[in-house]
Amino acid sequence: MREVAIVAAGMTPFGELWQRSLRDLFVDAALETLRHARADHLDAIYVGNMSGGQFVGQEHLGPLMADHLGMAGVPATRVESACASGGAALRAAFLEVASGMSDLVLASGVEKMNDGADVTGVLASAADQESEVYHGVTFPGLYALIARAHMAAHGTTEADLAAVSVKNHRHGARNPKAQFRHEVTTEQVMASSLVADPLRLLHCSPVSDGAAAVLLCPLTRAKEFTDRPVRIRASGMATSSMALADRRDPAFLDAVSVAGGRAYAMAGLAPTDIDVAEVHDCFAIAELCVLEALCFTERGRSGEATRAGETALGGRIPVNTSGGLKSKGHPVGATGIAQVIEIFEQLRGEAGERQVRDAAVGLTQNMGGSGASAVVHILERV
Amino acid sequence: MPSPRYWREIPARYRLEAGRCGGCGKVVFPTRPVCPGCRGEGLEPVTLSRRGRVVTSTVIHVAPTEFQMEAPYPMAVVETPEGARLMVQIADCEADAVQPGMEVTLEFRRLRKEGKSGILCYGHKGVPIG
Amino acid sequence: MAGIVGYGAFIPRNRIKTEVIAHQWGKDPAVIRRGLLLEEKSVPGLDEDTITISVEAGRAALERAGIDPRLVGALYIGSESHPYAVKPSGTVVAEALGIGPEVHVADFEFACKAGTEAMFVALSVVESGRAPYAMGIGADTSQGAPNDALEFSASAGGAAYLFGAKHLLAEVVETYSYTSDTPDFWRREGEFYPRHGGRFTGEPAYFRHVTAATRAILERTGLSARDFRYAVFHMPNGKFPLSVGRELGFTKAQLETGWVVSTMGNTYSGSSPTGLAAILDVAASGDLILITSFGSGAGSDAFVLKATELLPERRGRAPTVRSMLDGRRRYLTYGEYAKYREKILLNE
Repeated sequence: MREVAIVAAGMTPFGELWQRSLRDLFVDAALETLRHARADHLDAIYVGNMSGGQFVGQEHLGPLMADHLGMAGVPATRVESACASGGAALRAAFLEVASGMSDLVLASGVEKMNDGADVTGVLASAADQESEVYHGVTFPGLYALIARAHMAAHGTTEADLAAVSVKNHRHGARNPKAQFRHEVTTEQVMASSLVADPLRLLHCSPVSDGAAAVLLCPLTRAKEFTDRPVRIRASGMATSSMALADRRDPAFLDAVSVAGGRAYAMAGLAPTDIDVAEVHDCFAIAELCVLEALCFTERGRSGEATRAGETALGGRIPVNTSGGLKSKGHPVGATGIAQVIEIFEQLRGEAGERQVRDAAVGLTQNMGGSGASAVVHILERV
Repeated sequence: MPSPRYWREIPARYRLEAGRCGGCGKVVFPTRPVCPGCRGEGLEPVTLSRRGRVVTSTVIHVAPTEFQMEAPYPMAVVETPEGARLMVQIADCEADAVQPGMEVTLEFRRLRKEGKSGILCYGHKGVPIG
Repeated sequence: MAGIVGYGAFIPRNRIKTEVIAHQWGKDPAVIRRGLLLEEKSVPGLDEDTITISVEAGRAALERAGIDPRLVGALYIGSESHPYAVKPSGTVVAEALGIGPEVHVADFEFACKAGTEAMFVALSVVESGRAPYAMGIGADTSQGAPNDALEFSASAGGAAYLFGAKHLLAEVVETYSYTSDTPDFWRREGEFYPRHGGRFTGEPAYFRHVTAATRAILERTGLSARDFRYAVFHMPNGKFPLSVGRELGFTKAQLETGWVVSTMGNTYSGSSPTGLAAILDVAASGDLILITSFGSGAGSDAFVLKATELLPERRGRAPTVRSMLDGRRRYLTYGEYAKYREKILLNE
């Protein structure tokens, strides 16, 4: 396998983008990427997207997006793994370049959630239709079940959950592309309305439109496009039981742990080697569980570590300097790529007010549904 | 809810028919062709008892369209004496009274109506004992 | 001789008090309580209907009988609130109970007597030898129009009876049905609430048919009122069954066990069948029991039953009617009641 580099990135702001359609969003992000790289062609395109079909009635996104980018003819396909679609698209693009099949591959993600679809219903299709959704559980409901299990097993509190939201908003306030650029207080989080007990509105990532893209090429050609490439050092993926009821321990994210383990092994690195990470905080509890599954904290200690500031900018392991899904926004298919872009900028020293000093190795973790799929990438400064 | 999909699920939804793996003994609900524990095939039919214990629960406040009139409602992962776990709503219970370890019976209920003219979908909900 | 080999009832756990409904419409609750002898009634949840009630009652009946459901050769559900206009309740209930596919299923309608009708036909299937076991269920979640007298009584619940030829819990000594075309209460296709003829529902309808059927069955069996330990009549409100019972020569002691309406309401096709279940919950071996139903339109089915020594042994296998009436329940506001009964206009 060849070494693969990321040489350019582009993303739309995330938010309620009434003026931009699904295809507009993709093109905006893709053009920005191509401009930064000064690349004039692509060998392949991967589009991460959870559900163009259910949100806007549009499937077959590969050729649609290639066509609208003015590149009809280029091999292009949609990759889907619910909320991990972006990470899965990156992995597919990585493998296509690493295998020697193609040189210039665009890994992108896009989602248009605000065109009037029943968002709760669409997101629930990431859960088990027959044994979960049929009975009336929602996507936040699944994470609420995880939260209650985590609280019962480890004594995690609602204040721990609030600490995640507060931290991520503080980071997101410094991110010009974030959907929410204001800070929130613990009191505001705890007073927000209940979505699924114990998760409140301000524990939950928002409904967003947006797109993000990165350009991959063999490391040997990276300097053609940028003088500061970032190498994809590892890619790890895993799945777990689809239904929460079938997991061994509802409070532990098996797929994340296994995917992380595979990535660490491929990179030959340990969790302590990671300088900065972007993790999938679809709900505040998700960030806490992921910290434990990736061994950034001990089992049961993630709430404490968050309240102590260990995962804030300036802390031991800054997590979600972009603002995370909570503050940056979560256009489902785009998130996995947006996470990679944050780490890309951190490793190039371009993260501005969010910069982690001397960041040399970063990690992204993207997951689907209630944790049935997880993709972890480890990136390093070249 | 298209009729064939609803109809295929009747043995599981109406009668709690599950499968027991002859290889590792795991009880899988609903039954499947391949055991998720040991990849064994040919699971034996077994019917779950109509009772169980709450493993974890939540209260859904923001509900999907079909369930909006019933919100807020509790949902729980319930484990039956056979060791199968299923996700069900908890009915006839104050939302904040559902706790891990609570014993429930599984009662037949109408889970959803497909609007004014679609089919009616039935299944089970957990009801606290006593 | 055929008879009851299993029985069961189910009453939803939600309730609404007479005074809450009275206050909603500016009526004096004391007057209503005195006039109708109703304290509270059961209310089905948004997830309950005739089918779900029938399944739970049917499960209890099978528990008490202790037989393999595949031996049940016929299943009949009587209701005036079948969930589908076209598609039987009986097929859903049969699948849920594990009955079939070798089974005859039919849905019955005859206002409030569809339950005893289902029982009559189930009994007949067994007596004719066509099937070893047959089940008849009466269940309803009927609607009462807002600001109408029936809103105080229309409630939800049901009872199931499994008939067989051996191991009887109660023998069926005799049956009698009395029917005429009397338009006292009806509902046209597409209408949400039924309509009724006010006071016409009394003398020419309820009293005439209940009295005629009961007198005829007494004559046919050569029995008189005082031979019975228990009697139960259809209960459209608290007053009518006590009135007709008195008129027919029954005492309060004979009537009170089956008289469940004051805290349950009128469960229509489930009414006298549930009263009968309450009696079977306590009857002693050898006790004679009379049940006469009434369905508007109109007709009455009467049964004379005799409890056997197997009854006290088996009845503990499933919950009693009293435990459902007096056990855990939840009182609703009128708004919650209106929501559960889908009386609130919504966009589709």
